[in-house]
Amino acid sequence: MLNVTDLTKTYASTEGPVDVLRAVSLGVTGGESVALTGESGSGKSTLLHLIGGLDRPDSGEIRFFGEEITALGDAARARLRRDRVGLVFQQFNLVPSLTVSQNIALQARLARRADAGWIAELTDRLGLTGLEARYPEQLSGGQQQRVAIGRTLANRPGLILADEPTGNLDEDTGDAVLALMLELAETTGAALIMATHSQRLARRFARRIHIRRGRLEAA
Amino acid sequence: MPAFLTILSHWRRHPGQLATLILGLALATALWSGVQAINEEARQSYARAAGMLGANGYERLQMPGGGPVPLADYSALRRAGWQVSPVIRGELEADGETWRVMGVEPLTAPPDMLPNGGLQAGIDPGAFLGGPGQAFVADGAEIDPNGQFGLEFIPHPDIAPGLIVTDIGVAARLLDQTDPSFLILLPDQPAGLPDLASVTDLVRVEPQGGEDLSRLTDSFHLNLTAFGFLSFAVGLFIVHATIGLAFEQRRPVFRTLRAIGLPLSRLILVLLAEVTLLALLAGGLGVALGYLVAAALLPDVAGTLRNLYGAEIDGTLAFRPLWAGVGLGIALVGAWLSAAQALWQVARMPLLAPAQPRAWAIASARSTRLQAVAGVLLLAASGAAALVGTGLVMGFLCLGALLLGAALLLPGALSLALRGIGARLRGPLAEWVIADTRQQLPGLSLALMALLLALAANIGVSTMVGSFRLTFLGWLDQRLVAELYVTAADNEEAAEIRAFLAPLVDATLPIANAETRIGGQPVFVYGVVDHATYRDHWPLLETTPAVWDRVATGQVLLVNEQMARAQELSLGDGVDLAPGLSLPVGGVYSDYGNPTGQAIMSLDLLERHFAPVDQSRSAVRVDPEQRQDVIAALDAAFALPEGAVVDQQSVKQASIRVFEQTFRVTGALNILTLGVATFALLASLMTLSSMRLPQVAPLWALGQTRARLARIEVMKTLALVVLTGAVALPVGLALAWVLLAVVNVEAFGWRLPMQVFPLDWLRLLGLALLTSTLAAAYPAVGLLRTPPAHLLKVFSNER
Repeated sequence: MLNVTDLTKTYASTEGPVDVLRAVSLGVTGGESVALTGESGSGKSTLLHLIGGLDRPDSGEIRFFGEEITALGDAARARLRRDRVGLVFQQFNLVPSLTVSQNIALQARLARRADAGWIAELTDRLGLTGLEARYPEQLSGGQQQRVAIGRTLANRPGLILADEPTGNLDEDTGDAVLALMLELAETTGAALIMATHSQRLARRFARRIHIRRGRLEAA
Repeated sequence: MPAFLTILSHWRRHPGQLATLILGLALATALWSGVQAINEEARQSYARAAGMLGANGYERLQMPGGGPVPLADYSALRRAGWQVSPVIRGELEADGETWRVMGVEPLTAPPDMLPNGGLQAGIDPGAFLGGPGQAFVADGAEIDPNGQFGLEFIPHPDIAPGLIVTDIGVAARLLDQTDPSFLILLPDQPAGLPDLASVTDLVRVEPQGGEDLSRLTDSFHLNLTAFGFLSFAVGLFIVHATIGLAFEQRRPVFRTLRAIGLPLSRLILVLLAEVTLLALLAGGLGVALGYLVAAALLPDVAGTLRNLYGAEIDGTLAFRPLWAGVGLGIALVGAWLSAAQALWQVARMPLLAPAQPRAWAIASARSTRLQAVAGVLLLAASGAAALVGTGLVMGFLCLGALLLGAALLLPGALSLALRGIGARLRGPLAEWVIADTRQQLPGLSLALMALLLALAANIGVSTMVGSFRLTFLGWLDQRLVAELYVTAADNEEAAEIRAFLAPLVDATLPIANAETRIGGQPVFVYGVVDHATYRDHWPLLETTPAVWDRVATGQVLLVNEQMARAQELSLGDGVDLAPGLSLPVGGVYSDYGNPTGQAIMSLDLLERHFAPVDQSRSAVRVDPEQRQDVIAALDAAFALPEGAVVDQQSVKQASIRVFEQTFRVTGALNILTLGVATFALLASLMTLSSMRLPQVAPLWALGQTRARLARIEVMKTLALVVLTGAVALPVGLALAWVLLAVVNVEAFGWRLPMQVFPLDWLRLLGLALLTSTLAAAYPAVGLLRTPPAHLLKVFSNER
């Protein structure tokens, strides 16, 4: 489903160029769950951003269901994210002026495939029933992250990219959120790549990849 | 649609911010479109006047010194073959209102001097000439409800307000005047006519054209437009600040929307649609408010134009769809302009930019420097325009550059001032207050710039009006020396009155004048006798030695400032007054409030060269104690009509009333602009207050009470307002100088000495502080009521 080949990315810094990713290659099949571990600054987030079409690599290619995405324009990459990719961030990135139910349905509605029954089921399974009319600021961190996961899954993406989704949560809440994400990814058949620096959380994934100084290593 | 609704959902959660934006744009639109409505109403009236006062569009024949044309001259011209048509014109008092009456001879008058093309087209000759007679008045005019004139009044859309157009016979009856006021010289004259000068002594006067009126009032309307534009600009500061803050607050949302698949181009379109929708809502409200503002101000404007220029403007406002459309368009353009910078930032915002709102203080440091450079350049341009520029437009450009330059310099000046104050303060809290105020400055700078503009405009305009008022009142005291002014029916009666008064009073001075054209411009020439009244009291701006002696002996003439400026006359320059009469300028006198040129010469010369001269008015010098006795004696001897004898106080009061009315509109706009600026401050403070928690919460955690922090917030705002006021003072005084020394001279033809009014400044600063306290109090009370749990969230990871 996803094939990444010889991906490189360099950022400019005051101390000269920094090679964040060096010839990274990776393949992920449908329904597979992958933990991407590494130190801070090792390139985890950059790799997820490139796969999600949020940024462009300096070289290399990314094939998603056979389609090369690195050469796509802004609109086409936006369409890819809208229709086939789900993103979960550490900061939740909910829309503060929309209610829980509106936030969950947002991406699916943008993609014009909102399924009210599926959204209701998701809301229930995420433990958000009864909180639909609340605004993000009225929720705890764990609840906000569950809304963010709901927003991603409501669209039934082929690939979920999660960047430290439990980084802002306490251990118990983080565990619960991760369990839910793995379960729902399996239910929908989506592949899941999650960046984390926690080996404890990574152990719950079927496949673990370690990234060090921009290069992938098998964990 | 989901993206549009998501963007709009921000306003549902921030209704105060939405109200600020809508009201800010509505106020800006209201003041602008209100002024435009007034101008448009005036223009329509001028157009009607130009269309209907057809007499102005033709050459005229009139008496050299004014006064009725003897019928003998009319007959002589007709006999000689000249095609002329008599017109009787005058004023009529009816139910406390003054009407201008124009009586035309319908059989000989050009068709466009009457409605419906005259007798040749739409007017029924039987009804117009026979029976009780007909008179045309403006649509909606209410006249003679009791039928005392015995006329049928017909409303007509082509008639200017305050005008009655009727048959010459009816006008003669209404005005009690048999001879024509002037004769219209028809454009098509037969060939082989004798020379006009061989037939009559009447003088030929060029067509005046209705555009004269509009040209005369141009400066007044430009003045209003400038104020309307200033208010609009101040209003746009609010809109710019509110839209900017709303965009800033939603940066994370924009990023999220793009991350979940909304293309950048679509996001920009959605934001543009949002701004357009809000602008249409606010514009609609603004146009409605503008109509109310215009309706409220129009009676005063109409009074001003009537008193200053003799221009008749209907006191009621018509609703014009085009005006409403333009008002909406202005709101749209203003909103788009205000949002342009924010939209540009969104378009350039990298998708992976930090999600937290940008640190304003850091980002704005560079733009503050750029603004300061632009401000200095604009101030230099303003100075150059003031020193070397000419013309009214250049005057207003000079004003615009001065205000904009000062506004752009303000944030830098405030930052420097705060740094200077900070260097002198000791103590951690004081240091925090200064540092925090400097950090808050970029968020408030637009509102403070708006306040600066409003305060400077207020100081400038009130200094101008105050200077004008003091000078005008002093000038009235000097100029209106005579205790009584008497108007007789004609020169003969005036001579009788002067003979009658001679043993009763100290002096009776004839007010003799004639109207002529010098250098192509209308000039009223006055003749004076040699008397101490003039020597001791007449205010001269420039003079030559023994000038009154030389005026009395016919060696020199005096000209008013307007004429000296318009015709570029200096002392000693010769003026051709009439064939065979040229006199050098011996002095220049101030003549405030008079739009036309004027000259003074000896009465003997005036009578010799401009005969017959109107001498029906007289100025009477008498012991003030005996004033009433003299009036009673005049009444008993001459049975003069009401208003024929007026005392000095009445004339002064009438002049002061005209003066006050002239500046009432300016005063009202001034207050409205200050109100808008205060609203801008409230808007910015309210919007910023929601982003202030991270700055304030650490102080609370360190042991400061919420009450103290709230007090500090108010004091900081007031300190910024005081500093802004300190910058506004020199800017306002510079503005006043430009208004008095540049704009006034260009617009009215006279220059006023500038005077300063420190008490007014203190009053204005007090008002600004009071309104700013109210503006700062609202968010401060909000902070006071913030629950500790809310403050604690600042320290929580969950934020």
